[in-house]
Amino acid sequence: MPRARVLIRPKTGILDPQGEAVERALPALGFGGASDVRIGRLVELDLDDAADLDQMCERLLANPLIEDYEIELLDSVVS
Amino acid sequence: MSVRFGVVRFPGTCDEIDALRACAAVGDAELLWHGDADLKDVDVVVIPGGFSYGDYLRVGALARFSPVMGEVVKFAESGGAVLGICNGFQILAESGLLPGALLPNLSLRFVCREVDLVVGTDRTPFTSGFDVGETIEVPAKHRCGRFYVPDDQLAELKANDQVLFRYADGHNPNGSVDDIAGVCNVAGNVAGLMPHPEHAVDALMGSLDGLRMFASAAGRAGVAA
Repeated sequence: MPRARVLIRPKTGILDPQGEAVERALPALGFGGASDVRIGRLVELDLDDAADLDQMCERLLANPLIEDYEIELLDSVVS
Repeated sequence: MSVRFGVVRFPGTCDEIDALRACAAVGDAELLWHGDADLKDVDVVVIPGGFSYGDYLRVGALARFSPVMGEVVKFAESGGAVLGICNGFQILAESGLLPGALLPNLSLRFVCREVDLVVGTDRTPFTSGFDVGETIEVPAKHRCGRFYVPDDQLAELKANDQVLFRYADGHNPNGSVDDIAGVCNVAGNVAGLMPHPEHAVDALMGSLDGLRMFASAAGRAGVAA
């Protein structure tokens, strides 16, 4: 059964206040040099059939208006 | 014959009783259950605020797949009057019945305060009793209310007279694009907004302006039906 990982991020150009807040917090802790911090979401799932995954992303896991997604198939078993 | 309002209740909805009372002040009102694919032949559907299905994944994302929403989509596509308030607006946007998406407030804080809204269009059942450009006062309370559409869609919205309300100058609580507080679909029968008209229906609440949205729908839905 293939396991998949979906990375979901705010689209380029969309303000990400979470990312900005973290970016501001890092120097306060003494960590310099971090910029363009963006915060997204990670979904991992086991699938009977990975063929539907793109549709799952389009219809539920991501909102294509505001988010980009990237699919990664993990330890796929060749049967 | 009085207009019949249906107020949808999902697990996690919290504003359905206020919405029900607002509707009952101007017509007949009953609750609709998320698990029933049945709108009970109501004339107007109201999707109230709250945190449907815990708002897991994204605000409004899971509620759109509930049995009742299938019927709401059919009802809306056949010209029925639908109003989404706060989480209801988020659900209608996720369902594709309204354009755009609602993102976390720029402040990342939960906002709870009175806001002034300027009426953008009077062609929906819910704003027909207002004058375009008129300012009304209703409360806003949300954490994910930043309305967003890409620039090309924003131009379309404006060209199609789909801006329902804008926040008045200095009242945008969340960073919404172009100060937009609510929108309608191209046909004008489906409308959604982040602020809460159902919390402004009695002098005790500080404003009666919200009641006028329900009264407008009670007047218009009868004509449309």
